[in-house]
Amino acid sequence: MTRLIVGPFNRVEGDLEVRIDCKGGEVVNAEVVTPLYRGFERILLGKPPMDALVYAPRICGICSVSQSVAAAMALADTMKVELPSNGELAINLVHATENVADHLTHFYLFFMPDFARATYKNEPWYDETADRFVAIRGTAAEDMLPARAQFMHMMGILAGKWPHTLSIQPGGSTRSVDGGEVVRLMAILAAFRKFLERTLFGDKLERIANLSSEAELVAWAAERSVTSSDFRRFLHVSSALGLNCLGRSTGAFLSYGAYGTQGNSLFRMGTFAAGDTGSMDVEGITEDLSSSWYRSGVTSEAPAAGTTVPDADKDGAYSWCKAPRLGGSVMEVGALARQLVNGHPLIRDLVGRHGGSVHARVVARLLEIAIVVQAMERWAAGLVIGERYIAHAGLPDQAEGIGLTEAARGSLGHWLSIEKGRIANYQIIAPTTWNFSPRDQSGVPGPLEQALVGAPVREGEEDPVSVQHIVRSFDPCMVCTVH
Amino acid sequence: MSKPFPEPANAERSRLRLVWLQSGGCGGCSMSLLSAEGPDLLTSLEAANIEVLWHPSLSEQSGREVVRLMTRLADGEEPLDILCVEGSVMMGPNGTGRFHLMAGTGQPMMDWIRKLSLRARHVVAVGSCAAFGGMTAAGDNHVEATGLSHDGKRAGGLLGADFRGLAGLPVINIAGCPIHPGWLTETLHQISAGRFSDKDLDEWSRPLSYARHLVHHGCSRNEFYEYKASAERLCDQGCMMENLGCKGTQAKADCNIRAWNGSGSCLDGNYPCINCTAPEFEEPGHEFARTPKIAGIPVGLPTDMPKAWFVALASLSKAATPPRLKENATRDHYAPKPDRKGKAGS
Repeated sequence: MTRLIVGPFNRVEGDLEVRIDCKGGEVVNAEVVTPLYRGFERILLGKPPMDALVYAPRICGICSVSQSVAAAMALADTMKVELPSNGELAINLVHATENVADHLTHFYLFFMPDFARATYKNEPWYDETADRFVAIRGTAAEDMLPARAQFMHMMGILAGKWPHTLSIQPGGSTRSVDGGEVVRLMAILAAFRKFLERTLFGDKLERIANLSSEAELVAWAAERSVTSSDFRRFLHVSSALGLNCLGRSTGAFLSYGAYGTQGNSLFRMGTFAAGDTGSMDVEGITEDLSSSWYRSGVTSEAPAAGTTVPDADKDGAYSWCKAPRLGGSVMEVGALARQLVNGHPLIRDLVGRHGGSVHARVVARLLEIAIVVQAMERWAAGLVIGERYIAHAGLPDQAEGIGLTEAARGSLGHWLSIEKGRIANYQIIAPTTWNFSPRDQSGVPGPLEQALVGAPVREGEEDPVSVQHIVRSFDPCMVCTVH
Repeated sequence: MSKPFPEPANAERSRLRLVWLQSGGCGGCSMSLLSAEGPDLLTSLEAANIEVLWHPSLSEQSGREVVRLMTRLADGEEPLDILCVEGSVMMGPNGTGRFHLMAGTGQPMMDWIRKLSLRARHVVAVGSCAAFGGMTAAGDNHVEATGLSHDGKRAGGLLGADFRGLAGLPVINIAGCPIHPGWLTETLHQISAGRFSDKDLDEWSRPLSYARHLVHHGCSRNEFYEYKASAERLCDQGCMMENLGCKGTQAKADCNIRAWNGSGSCLDGNYPCINCTAPEFEEPGHEFARTPKIAGIPVGLPTDMPKAWFVALASLSKAATPPRLKENATRDHYAPKPDRKGKAGS
């Protein structure tokens, strides 16, 4: 048995170390170490509750708006305020801009550059793929960065800036947009659609969003040459490397749902396991501290009563990440989970055939870009000129609130408690806290720890490339993980 | 120390080697940087003749390759022109730095930052966390977060007040939460072109290219400010200084001159400036979006104006406020159109 310590892991947001034991050319055991602790849950204690809207987004520079949305929802829950339709649509647009930009950043800058590694230099697809995706010098980043930056003009109009806006409030959005600005939003979306259809997909967004099975996806890919779009390039490499058998999911998935419009939501809340959807019981969420560097009188806490007392010397612990569980079970979150719970036929078919995998996670993310950008076009068109974007309400002196939403990389929850007009407790469970959680009191490893088992390790590899693909397929955000 | 660095001898000089480390921060400055425009980030770096040896979000190398690179740089086996650090330095618990051990090395990140800083020609703190401790140092700062050469307003931090990079400059603080992409790309380009000296830094070691301005400059609410027509709620169009905590008249940055994400700024987003380029902005001593007042007069008036004059002028201009401004100040949409006769039209 050989032990490898893999890190620092770049092209993930934040710092990460993975310890793996290898035997017979594959990973037999993995420990995921989150090596940074910042203590936001303690920073928030005693602050005026509305200040959570300044502190929370700064937990994370890549999920900043998602953090704002969760904080605003938790505050709204205590204030019992309802958002006007324009406010809801504006927040959806800002939130979706971040989530879609994150998917794009992940695909082009974080995930694909691994296929330009010298490990693959003898593969028939290597030269073309490396030219396109090699880190920093590739032609893909050159195409993507200007398109992404222009897409982020949505933020300039609707949110002042990104990251770290204060425009998202419990009762809506501070920024009203007028008729000229609404059509500018539409024009930005039209330009972004053009980039997606020409460069990323090589087809209409509608066509991508409507793919309904693995067979249809394969047939679609074969319609044109591999080099006709970046999605086809990925599908080709993924098929050549068998990425649909790499990085298997544990089997259970969770989504809090996102993008509400007048009582409906684009993506629904729930769970998915063994081919079936289930409802999500928020009371069933706990954080296990057995393998985490925190002191507590108990091994597992409900987030509403959660604590954060760091203890770097705790025996048996190996990560600053806590271990969230739903009804005691390990859950995977992210675009794949969202689309499974929401019942997308392509994603259900992929997972039905092969289980969750590196391939399915990437396909789900790209598919979601096609779905969400179309929704953004509808939301922008739905803004009513002259109507309000925000409702104001008073803050109670004593209350509890929960905010549940979806960041690009999965389910994000804030649990807030107010006493005497101040924050008495604030607990955050971020997407990668679920995915990269350490072992719990029963010794059950977290989703990534399980997904790594069985990963092939080539002769002499110090940082196995299969491990790189699996880790990045989750689009981890380590700064959120331990906040 | 004030002499600019000599211009490199010829145009074909070797590229400047840059390494980027992240510690106790949110990564938001790197994310903001990805929105660089005119030109995009990678083209900006190329134009500035900079070779990225390693950046955690951009580079291919992972794991052992990175540890070996860091070791060679720390040992002085390879030159390092620019070290960028993003995020606070995590000194806790009890000065051990164990709140952030750099992955794959088992060593505190603060030790790596120190070792590489001693070998770098220029050290750049990217964002208010790296500059002063920033957000991560808020609250009771039980994590002992600090900046590279400042701990809040106190000179010192990890490297000490007297620290100088090998090229002779103190740590360059690109303060902001987050930074505007242009603040950094412009500074890197100036360094690379040999056109950056300590004359280009302000009292907090921030580049004057953006810190010689006030956020107030170019604010689209200036007319409301002139007449003290104040917003009351977040969403109102009036000036946010009197009631909503806005620090734009004191904050050093060019946010309303240099647009964010195409056209925006905090004030343009209808929320106040929180002075995020300043040390200790994270603990303002009041609710961020609420102006503290004494006897009805806001605390924290413009710093370089006699208070009595300000109050006198404010009451005068308040008496002269055109109805158009008075009405629009507390509305979320413009209603009365500007009217030359000073009447509120519709």
